[in-house]
Amino acid sequence: MNLILKIWRQKNPKTMGNFVTYRMDDVSPEMSFLEMLDALNKKLVEEDKDPVAFDHDCREGICGSCGMYINGHPHGPVPAITTCHLSMRYFRDGDTIWVEPWRAKPFPVIKDLIVDRSAFDKIQTAGGFISVNTGAAPEANSILVRKKKSDEAFDSSVCIGCGACVAACKNASAMLFVSAKISQFALLPQGRIEAKERVRAMVEKMDELGFGSCSNTGACEAECPKQIKLTNIARLNREYYKAF
Amino acid sequence: MGKLNSKIPDGPLAQKWTKYKASVKLVNPANKKKLEIIVVGTGLSGASAASALGELGYSVKNFCYQDSPRRAHSVAAQGGINAAKNYQNDGDSIYRLFYDMIKGGDYRAREANVYRAAEVSNDVIDHYTALGVPFARDYGGTLDTRSFGGVQVSRTFYAKGQTGQQCLLGCYSSLNRQIKKGNVTMYPRREMLDLVVIDGKARGIIARNLLTGEIERHAAHAVVLATGGYGTIYYLSTLAVNSNASAAWKAHKKGAFFANPSFIQIHPTCVPQLNEFQSKLTLMSESLRNDGRIWVPKMKDDKRPANSIPEEERDYYLERRYPAFGNLVPRDVASRAAKERCDAGYGVGETGLAVNLDFRDAIKKQGKKAIENKYGNLFEMYKTITGIDPYEEPMRIYPAGHYTMGGLWVDYELMTTIPGLYAIGESNFSDHGANRLGASSLMQAAGDGYFVLPNTISNYLADEIRVPKISTDKPEFEETENSAVERLNKLISIKGKQTASSFHKRLGKILWDHCGMTRNEEGLKKALTLISELKKEFWKDLNVPGTINEINMELEKAGRVADYFELAELLVTDALDRKESCGAHFREEFQTPDGEAQRNDEKFTYVAAWEYAGEGKPHILHKEELKFEEVEMKVRSYK
Repeated sequence: MNLILKIWRQKNPKTMGNFVTYRMDDVSPEMSFLEMLDALNKKLVEEDKDPVAFDHDCREGICGSCGMYINGHPHGPVPAITTCHLSMRYFRDGDTIWVEPWRAKPFPVIKDLIVDRSAFDKIQTAGGFISVNTGAAPEANSILVRKKKSDEAFDSSVCIGCGACVAACKNASAMLFVSAKISQFALLPQGRIEAKERVRAMVEKMDELGFGSCSNTGACEAECPKQIKLTNIARLNREYYKAF
Repeated sequence: MGKLNSKIPDGPLAQKWTKYKASVKLVNPANKKKLEIIVVGTGLSGASAASALGELGYSVKNFCYQDSPRRAHSVAAQGGINAAKNYQNDGDSIYRLFYDMIKGGDYRAREANVYRAAEVSNDVIDHYTALGVPFARDYGGTLDTRSFGGVQVSRTFYAKGQTGQQCLLGCYSSLNRQIKKGNVTMYPRREMLDLVVIDGKARGIIARNLLTGEIERHAAHAVVLATGGYGTIYYLSTLAVNSNASAAWKAHKKGAFFANPSFIQIHPTCVPQLNEFQSKLTLMSESLRNDGRIWVPKMKDDKRPANSIPEEERDYYLERRYPAFGNLVPRDVASRAAKERCDAGYGVGETGLAVNLDFRDAIKKQGKKAIENKYGNLFEMYKTITGIDPYEEPMRIYPAGHYTMGGLWVDYELMTTIPGLYAIGESNFSDHGANRLGASSLMQAAGDGYFVLPNTISNYLADEIRVPKISTDKPEFEETENSAVERLNKLISIKGKQTASSFHKRLGKILWDHCGMTRNEEGLKKALTLISELKKEFWKDLNVPGTINEINMELEKAGRVADYFELAELLVTDALDRKESCGAHFREEFQTPDGEAQRNDEKFTYVAAWEYAGEGKPHILHKEELKFEEVEMKVRSYK
């Protein structure tokens, strides 16, 4: 199929960006979206032009590196997948596809489709851990966890830190991301001990970094490639109120 | 002393590690603060080492090429992590785990290291559980396990098909705690360009800031490489596309011997290649073989849809050939068996390069819900990629390059042949011999990082306490930086026509065809010629746009591919030199009448450790003889 791509090009954080139009002919429906961009970049490099910069690594939906707005949706129009898993079979011959970076104040654009997501690491550093030294752990089966709780903790823990939730949110809120980690630990006995300190530290850091407030519209949940649930945000709020 | 001293402690196998720890030199807390350690890589081994060393009080600098340490490729491990807990009362023990690994590795691993890996496996599970890793549990609240290939016990702990992600996030959390405390400084988006060696000791690295192109000097009292494997040398593999061997290769060129480079695991259950643009072959966890049955049609070139082929016309070839282990034979055996069927014309799918992995019987017996609980995310992922629903039709799978058992040679203390340079996790060679068993890579990586290295490194650092902070103004830093920059300039100034990836793809094809699942002398020799020709073409016709002083992903790729050309030559040389079949290294000339690998223990019971001898000169082979004191060497049989 033949496609028109409108891709956001921005040389660096200081310059203004703009959409550049590229024609892509003979795109195979079996390609992934990133493989289609690979093909575009191959063409650009062969013409000695600057290829489109984008983050990517595992290409199997788990590392969380890739992420871009495609036709108005983070990771594209297909629910519950990352950009690397988006197949070109979801597009039609003659389509025009708009590709943009995440847009959120705490995620400044670095180049083209690459944004700086180090704010997420800073939030995790503030409190996203259980304080146990190597060698200090008790025998694993001495900590019993109800299967239902453990499964719920797992469901919260599958967040890949891609940033789609923030990009989808009109307030650029990081509540879904933060609540997923808070929930994972809040649901486990190992995590209860520091629960109060953790939630205060992480929420404080999140606010300090300029993420917006949550107004419960649920765009984050709708766009999350790992289907992290909005109920995590409710749990975060409960944990936060309990922490004072 | 010969060039290789494995420093295996004396005494009975089961007491070596305990004895070692009791006698190892220690560094007092006040001195630890003054000692700097560089850790390159933030996967299961790197992040665990950085955090454990930080907890001990050392000053740690941790580097990764990704934008965040949480993205290292350990994140993609699916099936599980082994430990000898014997929670199932099925006869498991540290000895049994050790034995399975030695046998699974086809008697080409070092007994003492393997035993220690099995020994610390239980501590790893305890630690991860305490860190809040949500492993699967039973209704009574205890941890659940499942079975993996090559063993007859159930010792694999798991978190659905995302065990690697959960373990890595556990490591990432412990790393974050140390970053917050100021014990670890994180340097993301940095690529190690070279190792700095001063007076024979590893003293730092030259790194490139991938966002600005700035070249940085980082000094330390010791350097730890936790940089993973080189499976992407095949271009198409199960690895993250940016995974690379450059850090390890640069260390090799500075004096670290490279061991068993040709021992590469080809994983049997991957989504087959669908088109020529494909950048990646996604793994489907080995755990699927617990319930999935592998088959091909009994009739050649049978193009009927799988579901319309009746039971009696299906060849469950693994169950037929290996009744004792059936679908759970080790990976090398399963991969070769699939290749054998496909080469003989029984393969399925459009290319004929695939076999069926069928869940029909398991769904019938256990119900869809039970299968969904165990493998839900894997089934979804398969459907996302291929558009085929594995609840309704069998998956189509084919082997793909996956894990490298080979790597930097290390002694018992995980130190390379360069004093002060350590290699942990997949980047070293030590624990898996010629073939790795499933779920033991997470186990080894975390064991190395959390429990082994923090003990062994003090034996070296105890003698470094009088060495003041190392200055990056030393001439060795200057020289190393200059040569690294010179190489970047060389790559960027070729100004040819072809991309780094297109060369990588062609290199990968040469290796896959001639040094993949099976090898023979003629093919390997041909590969050497082809690689050398392609390498010349690369240095003449590569194009890298842009400059070195900015984000330049083409430059990053070019550097990695350039190193892969050199490693590829060594890999093939090693495969040529080992005139036997063992584990994943299958030389067609050396097989039993029924097509199994035939070892030559008399001549090849050694680790091949290769020394770099200089540009254009052949590598020098050093042999570390392997002594099997506990385990009797047998023909590895899974029949």
